[in-house]
Amino acid sequence: MTAPATVTELLTVLAARELAGRRIVFAGIGLPTLAACLAQLTGTPDIEIIYESGVTGAHPAGLPTTISDSILVTGAEGVLPMPQLFGYVIQGQRIDIGFLGAAQIDSRGSLNSTMIGGSYARPEHRLPGSGGAIEVMAHAREVFVVMRRHTPQTLVDRLDFVTSPAPQGRRGQATGRGVTRLITPLGVFSREDDELVLSSVTPGVTVDQVRAATGWPLAVAGTVADAEPPTPEELRVLREVLDPGRIYLR
Amino acid sequence: MSADRVMTLAGAIGAFVQPGMTVALEGFGHLVPTAAGHEIIRQRIGGLTVCRMSCDMMIDQLIAAGCLSGLVSSFIGNSSGGSLHELRRALEGRGDRVVTLDEYSHGGMIARYAAGAAKLPFYPIRSYDGSDLAAVNPSIRAVTDPYSGDVIHVVPPLNPDVSIIHAQRADRRGNVQAWGILGIQQDVAFAGRRVIVTVEEIVDDEVIRADPNRTIIPSQIVDAVVECPFGSHPAPVQGYYDRDDAFFRAWSDRARTEGAVTSWLETHVWATADHAGYLDLLGPEALGRLRVGQAWSGRVNYGQHLRPAGPAPGQPEAGRDADREAAR
Repeated sequence: MTAPATVTELLTVLAARELAGRRIVFAGIGLPTLAACLAQLTGTPDIEIIYESGVTGAHPAGLPTTISDSILVTGAEGVLPMPQLFGYVIQGQRIDIGFLGAAQIDSRGSLNSTMIGGSYARPEHRLPGSGGAIEVMAHAREVFVVMRRHTPQTLVDRLDFVTSPAPQGRRGQATGRGVTRLITPLGVFSREDDELVLSSVTPGVTVDQVRAATGWPLAVAGTVADAEPPTPEELRVLREVLDPGRIYLR
Repeated sequence: MSADRVMTLAGAIGAFVQPGMTVALEGFGHLVPTAAGHEIIRQRIGGLTVCRMSCDMMIDQLIAAGCLSGLVSSFIGNSSGGSLHELRRALEGRGDRVVTLDEYSHGGMIARYAAGAAKLPFYPIRSYDGSDLAAVNPSIRAVTDPYSGDVIHVVPPLNPDVSIIHAQRADRRGNVQAWGILGIQQDVAFAGRRVIVTVEEIVDDEVIRADPNRTIIPSQIVDAVVECPFGSHPAPVQGYYDRDDAFFRAWSDRARTEGAVTSWLETHVWATADHAGYLDLLGPEALGRLRVGQAWSGRVNYGQHLRPAGPAPGQPEAGRDADREAAR
């Protein structure tokens, strides 16, 4: 009897399914890496991860703790310096899917990772800022966002600060499509025109519950499916093959 | 050819870092010049504007020490180890430290260093359209592309008074070799008006010359080279030691309490004479846990010139002729 999926396992499995058939993924350590590895072992063998530290084709002997962990380099297929990674790979539009996280997201898929409350000059809660998120948002073909908390304070009508804006479509500027998938513990949003609409709910969750937890007027796809719960095989690969020490599956 | 640029860390920091300067301390979670940051703290050099793309606890330490008044950065968390509470206290207006933040994205910082290194007036970047960062930072501007007529954002060059990086090894003149995650090391060195490089080992010229493609910084632009084992701790150095992850994870809790960083500096930096003293304090057991095993690179053949030496275009070089003789 397989133990039921934790929130992290659920999010990882849902993200991995969305990666089916994709190829070049820009990912951070933890959930996005686990999702890409799970996709690789469950039907998308050609998927490749590029890390912000410039490592491509990593074959780490163990689970890395950060994107700059030297365990990622030993045995890797390549390491790019940052100007080449940001200039040629990201701005050069070589990324199919970029994974980003944030403190807040709005219905158009813009992200805030800079500050909550107060003003920019005197924020109540100062967060780490962009890192490379602005560039990934601008130039990855598509962006997947995973939010661990789905509340009116995290899925908001108006961001406290627009760190990484959804591409505006102006000539000569950002080239990507922006956020096409938003994955939360309550469900998955997909992109319709310029808006994120609820396309599936987690088993046991109702559309009304999602609406109550969402800070923007919720738009719902024509049909909202119940997401298929993580299968015993997906959970087995996650738990026994990818993260047996439960470093990231806490 | 014989310019020997080897200095002590105290000597190099004392000679080149002056109060009020703009100083880059770079290393993207790897090859971080932590020991150099600590020496700045030991010498209590104040009023610095520090450039560091991806921050870590060294920034908390420089703030608590009263050395840092400005920060040029694109990520102000503690690598991936939680918040930098000393920095947050300053930016959120709690406590008595004031830090001016000049903020970009990684792409923006890279562009600034690239412009600085190439002595360009600005560098175009296609990612700030619609970002509040461009609205709050007057240094991020928009210009008209003279070719297409489109609008594009630009960032100004960044030329630190002193650029400080860490690397695996160098020769005594300062030809610097590095491998693993190279981050922005080469670019920030070329952007700096002065360059200090701390290395795990100073090696013989022959070691460098056996693998010239691994040289990321030529000696011509280096002012001081300092041998400084474990100079990147708690960040890793590929092939030398691992990241001290426990140290990273403990930092966020430690720095949460106001005054705690200053206490840490008292015992670990101000009470230690130099980096060797800091390492003694950590103890051989803690450092031993960071040891790595061996995974040597393959070897490449650079080739040896076999044809007889023709008339040289410039002055004949005795050493080169001798090499050719040996090759025959």
